[in-house]
Amino acid sequence: MSTPKDFGFNEDINMLKDTYARFLSEQGTIETLRPSLKGTEDPYHGSSREAFFDTNNWQQTVALGMHAVAIPEAQGGIGMGLVAATAIAEEIGRHALATPLSNTLLATFLLRETNTEAANDLLEAMAEGLTVGLGIYGETGDLDPNITDVECHNALLSGQTWYVTDAQKCDTLIVSAKSSAGVDLFRVDMNAPTVSLTADKIVDLTRDQAHISLNQTEAIPLTVDGAGASALIAALPALLTLTAADIAGAAEWQLQATTEYAKVREQFDRPIGFFQAVKHPIVDMMIATDETRSLVYQAAAAYDFDREDAARCAFLAKSSASDTAEFCANRSTQLHGGIGFTWEADIQIYHKRQMHSQFLFGDGVWQRQQLAALL
Amino acid sequence: MSNKILTSEQSEFQAFCKSWLKENRPKAHPVPLPQAAYEVTDPSHLTYLSEWQAKCYEAGLIASDLPKVYGGHGMTGCQQIASNEVRAANVPYFINWIGLGMAVPTLLECGTEDQKTTFLPPIFSAEHIWCQGFSEPGAGSDLASLQTSAVKEGDQWVINGSKVWTSLGHFAQYMLLLARQDKDNKYGGITYFLAPMDQPGVTVKPIHKMTGESGFNEVFLEDAIVGDHLRVGEVGDGWKVAMATLTSERGAGVGVGAVASESPTLVMQQLIQLAKDTVRNGKSVWDDPVWRDRIMKVYERTEASFYNSRRARIKPLNGGAMRIPLQGKLTGSEIGQSLHQIALGILGLKSSLYVGDPQAPANGKWPLGYMNTYTGTISGGSSEIQRNILGERVLGLPKTK
Repeated sequence: MSTPKDFGFNEDINMLKDTYARFLSEQGTIETLRPSLKGTEDPYHGSSREAFFDTNNWQQTVALGMHAVAIPEAQGGIGMGLVAATAIAEEIGRHALATPLSNTLLATFLLRETNTEAANDLLEAMAEGLTVGLGIYGETGDLDPNITDVECHNALLSGQTWYVTDAQKCDTLIVSAKSSAGVDLFRVDMNAPTVSLTADKIVDLTRDQAHISLNQTEAIPLTVDGAGASALIAALPALLTLTAADIAGAAEWQLQATTEYAKVREQFDRPIGFFQAVKHPIVDMMIATDETRSLVYQAAAAYDFDREDAARCAFLAKSSASDTAEFCANRSTQLHGGIGFTWEADIQIYHKRQMHSQFLFGDGVWQRQQLAALL
Repeated sequence: MSNKILTSEQSEFQAFCKSWLKENRPKAHPVPLPQAAYEVTDPSHLTYLSEWQAKCYEAGLIASDLPKVYGGHGMTGCQQIASNEVRAANVPYFINWIGLGMAVPTLLECGTEDQKTTFLPPIFSAEHIWCQGFSEPGAGSDLASLQTSAVKEGDQWVINGSKVWTSLGHFAQYMLLLARQDKDNKYGGITYFLAPMDQPGVTVKPIHKMTGESGFNEVFLEDAIVGDHLRVGEVGDGWKVAMATLTSERGAGVGVGAVASESPTLVMQQLIQLAKDTVRNGKSVWDDPVWRDRIMKVYERTEASFYNSRRARIKPLNGGAMRIPLQGKLTGSEIGQSLHQIALGILGLKSSLYVGDPQAPANGKWPLGYMNTYTGTISGGSSEIQRNILGERVLGLPKTK
């Protein structure tokens, strides 16, 4: 098997990407986010930050059908693959968008690996616009499908699930829990009285995050007989690729913003981009971003067309992406000088999103350990 | 899936390349070949490699897509296939890499019809070996400061000056020559010539590199004669023509099948094998997480290069036609250097054993290869110059000049 020479980017997908990119550029997402940040600046005394959820943006996203891109047609979706979803994820990152769409895409691929009726029911509800979150981390934040701090007894869940991204934007939680059969995935209603959410105070201003306590919580099993861990492993290439795509989009924004700034900011009577000490690291940002983008497209194509190679390609993509996130965030702030270090510069918003994305689903070192084990 | 993209002519050609390369692989030369075409100095290597190139040309693996009138094979979309198969087959490289990689694209873009029909076929068949006369002792990264003079006398030019780092100068019949016809006009005072090497006014003197090899030379031009019909482009347009040559040298050119050394993918495989086979401090280097991480980082970059070149051809995804191609020389050479640095680290003290030492791993390939990677990071515009070009031409940052 091999992947198509155009990474599977056919006309439909190019059009989809353009449509979503145009929609986001008209929405002015950072300006929409800004008011929610007012008064939260002071880390010691500032008021706690409300999770930002632009419901108007989400409704339009659903109207455009973006949320259903990878949901199978049988469940009311469009039935496209990871190549299409990746194209969308890249645009989300480029606009540093806080949207339930990120989780919707991740959850879609996780549910596609479960093959149960309950999972299909959930996909159907998602096609109608239901928002979901993923509770798959233990307190350590390590990515290990066999680790969870939630236990299942008599079909009731108790314990805590950690680092739930965009938790305050979701109606439903997919949570991994341990029983005597192993780890399974469950569907939990976020509004149930036995579910309590504690918002994490996080660096990233675009997403929200929480840990969630379950206490004898009723849940619908999405997998049975301990098949949850293997579903997570099967979906992992998709989860890594989508996260890497978000990083690639944000890195491209950081590259362009830094380039434009270096053309207009003058010191020593010249635009600072004239000086090689500024020019060369900007080029290095471009090289890092391009390497990541190519690996991301290949990883998406491998998942859709050459599944045996999908894990290798996804580890490559997220390894590259995590390092690119760190590097482009670092250089973009440094090369903007004082202004890049301020709250009012958008540079800091992207920087902090990248600091978060770098570690979602494992950092570069972890990816490379997994990768080497395959070779 | 890939077969869906290929036409039936192309799939047929791909199958032909595979079987032809399998059946026609030349017997190894008794003296091991140097690692790359630009290091060849042994005349028997020249003969062996020229014959091999001529054979590949006849088979259609070189100049596959060029019109027949220029000595090409008149196919469509087949060169990429041929070059990929040649790389994958791990056969000897093509000796005439400057001819194929630089002279051909320059002539196609800027040459006269007469120049194309005269000079292209013997480049493909390796009858004429070419070298490049750009750099001078005083003009390296600042190439446009070159001083070699060209004075018009009747219908010919008299050339005086010296060139340096001239790979294959000792074998070449022709040189891609930049010379100055106007001392007062830095960029507009340069003219581009196809200079015959076999004449009394040309002296070639080898330079020994840090590796001890002498693949490149100093070339002294003392009243050397070049006919006006051997000028490429208008008088004073040499800088523009040179940019066409350098764009090809930096990996962004048309491509007629120049393959000058081992592919990075192959070297990468060798590196992983080396880590698995090498035992240090009682355990395999591959089992050491620190080394694994270093190896995987460079593996990630070699894979990224491969998929970059695929993405470069996809318009909606490439970020502009030149953005990825212009990175090729910079990233390729720096990745190659990292690969070799890591190999030396894996070997530890064994990396001190050089070519010719009976105990040397892979006959000293790794330290030799490492030193030779500086050819990539320095020649054809150093990595620093590449970063200027990328910043200016791709990102539009102000010119350093």
